[in-house]
Amino acid sequence: MKTILSVLVENHPGVLSRVAGLFSRRGFNIDSLAVGTTENPEISRMTIVVEGDEYIVEQVKKQLNKLVDVIKVSKISSDDSVSRELVLIKVDAEPKNRSEIIQIAEIFRANIVDVSRRSMIIELTGDKDKINAFEELVRPFGIKELVRTGLIAMNRGPKTIKVDEEEKD
Amino acid sequence: MKITAAEALIKALEAEGVDLIFGYPGGAILPVYDSLYNSKKIKHVLTRSEQAAAHAASGFARVSGKVGVCMATSGPGATNLVTGIATAYMDSVPIVAITGQVPTGVIGRDVFQEVDITGATAPFTKHNYLVKRAEDIPRIVKEAFYIASTGRPGPVLIDLPKDVAETRIEFKMPGKINLRGYKPKVQGHPLQIERAVEEIKRAQRPVIIAGGGVNSAKAEKELMELVEKTGIPVATSLMGIGCFPQNHPLSLGMAGMHGSPRANIAITEADLIIAAGVRFSDRMTGKVSGFAPKAKILHIDIDPAEIGKNVRVDIPIVGDLRVVLSEISKNSTKKDLYEWYDFIEKISKKGVYEKKGMLCPQEIIEVISQKTKGEAIITTEVGSHQMWVAQFYEFIHPRSFITSGGLGTMGYGLPAAIGAKFANPGKTVINFAGDGSFQMNLAEMATIVENNLAVKMVLFNNGGLGLVRQLQEFYCDGRYHQVNFKFTPDFVKLAESYGIKAERIESRKELPQAVDRMLSEEGSFLLECMVDIRENVYPMVLNGSPINKMIGG
Ligand SMILES: Cc1ncc(C[n+]2csc(CCOP(=O)(O)OP(=O)(O)O)c2C)c(N)n1
Repeated sequence: MKTILSVLVENHPGVLSRVAGLFSRRGFNIDSLAVGTTENPEISRMTIVVEGDEYIVEQVKKQLNKLVDVIKVSKISSDDSVSRELVLIKVDAEPKNRSEIIQIAEIFRANIVDVSRRSMIIELTGDKDKINAFEELVRPFGIKELVRTGLIAMNRGPKTIKVDEEEKD
Repeated sequence: MKITAAEALIKALEAEGVDLIFGYPGGAILPVYDSLYNSKKIKHVLTRSEQAAAHAASGFARVSGKVGVCMATSGPGATNLVTGIATAYMDSVPIVAITGQVPTGVIGRDVFQEVDITGATAPFTKHNYLVKRAEDIPRIVKEAFYIASTGRPGPVLIDLPKDVAETRIEFKMPGKINLRGYKPKVQGHPLQIERAVEEIKRAQRPVIIAGGGVNSAKAEKELMELVEKTGIPVATSLMGIGCFPQNHPLSLGMAGMHGSPRANIAITEADLIIAAGVRFSDRMTGKVSGFAPKAKILHIDIDPAEIGKNVRVDIPIVGDLRVVLSEISKNSTKKDLYEWYDFIEKISKKGVYEKKGMLCPQEIIEVISQKTKGEAIITTEVGSHQMWVAQFYEFIHPRSFITSGGLGTMGYGLPAAIGAKFANPGKTVINFAGDGSFQMNLAEMATIVENNLAVKMVLFNNGGLGLVRQLQEFYCDGRYHQVNFKFTPDFVKLAESYGIKAERIESRKELPQAVDRMLSEEGSFLLECMVDIRENVYPMVLNGSPINKMIGG
């Protein structure tokens, strides 16, 4: 089972390595981890996809919460959230295949961000399924290189994950 | 007026009430030692290795209930602290470790005596800091002491680069600190407390398991109150020893791998376990699925991550033990547990041994226990002797048994005894050691002499590594390997060369007088007792067995 955790942390050096170190030390599996700052430059937000049962996820949450630089850990429910990943794919693009590739990209609303004589770079955002489907379709042309950011996610509706300075726990 | 960050560090330590630092100097921490030279409030104790400084700080912290402080230079100084820091982490002991670091400009270039100590200690410090800006020093020191001593206590490390230490700043102690990500919960959840009270009312075979958390939360009075109000018997973990007087009629003794049959069987038959500040380590639970199989488990801990980590929990309560225990007793009443007492009474309270042949370590401990009436502070190394002390010394005071329970660090006891003696000079401090462990930090006899500390050392000389030998007997078909020393020094002469009185005994009849001589001697004393390496620790729970399946019990 995969679980998405949103983790607000102090934007301090060393925090990422502490979080990552915790995963390796306790034997937890990270599926992906994406980090960036939030609207408050003092705070970063990590989106961590964890693979494991309820016990593992509970342990991950509790152990993360123990870190002094971790401000808040929330679970993002997969049905009531928006999740996206960005991927850049460099595909073999022989002139004879080019129009077909462009067509596929259009269907997926992907952008072609670089073109050379024999290859192109395609940029695509979406959830895991969409990206996997796209990857499958262009694979026959030859994928030279592929890079994914890892998932980022946000709850739908008015619910927010914010630092509540008044919070008691 | 501006002062250097090193001076600011010392001022900030003074402001935190520090009056004792255990440490060892070196190049990268030179500015700090130079500033310490001027301090009228802080005494520095020079140990003979940094590991011992960290253990001494830990012994000091555990006996005094204050934060222990140790200090070392960068590189090898810092790495020598590591074992002591990890030991403190596993036993939740509040220490602040200060290390020098190479100048910021060369960090990361593998210069002389550089090591990434914040990276190295991240997994076993509660928190750590690499100080990049001199102005941050007062705040960091204040935060470090706050983090080390509140919530679940633990070690915090401050790594201070040399150039930062030399930078001049305007000194200002910060006011209140606010750490967004660190808000330990003190009050227990009222609904859960209500549920706990209900379960206690209902239970017919309840047992309290008290852990090291009771000692560190100083919650022994609240524990006693609950016991007196309800009549529930108490077992302790190794780390919980002393938090409940073992001469109390409701004391079951220690539970777990080498625990008393009474504690282990009572836990297995219990219908309610009240676990207070205990983390259910594998040494306590044995085979987890066979642990307290008939009981509902109520788990109280200040660290939410401990709840449900190793055993299933029916009623979790996160909070400070003092607060939670007294909330629970407030609403509890005396229970009629006579059937339960009758059942328990029939199970033996202690491990047994045969008093014949060579002098037995167990009887030595019993004699010392009787003669000191449980009034001494006992430290130990790690090995069979440690387990025998846990079994055969009758502890009646909290924070009087100082041992490395979590990491199991040989070499801990002697330096911890130094810290203990500084924390409580009026009390007799005795370190029990095996000859293996003793040789790991015996150089600390110099620190003992240098500081006029009266530390008693009881050395069980069995010519090797007894506990490992026992494991080889059980798990390796008696293929004894690397557990017998082919050479040991003359420990009596060795102690005497440090100027410490020492005596060797080999027979039962010498024992009482020798113990008297040790205890009446004003200064330090080494009592070497020649014992048999074939003496095993019983009872013992084998790997993979539940705790009620003890052998030799
Ligand atoms: C630093 C360290 N190294 C190794 C061990 C593994 N170990 C546990 S008990 C033990 C033997 C201890 O021997 P000794 O101190 O003589 O005590 P005895 O068991 O003989 O009483 C060893 C080697 C340890 N706990 N700590």
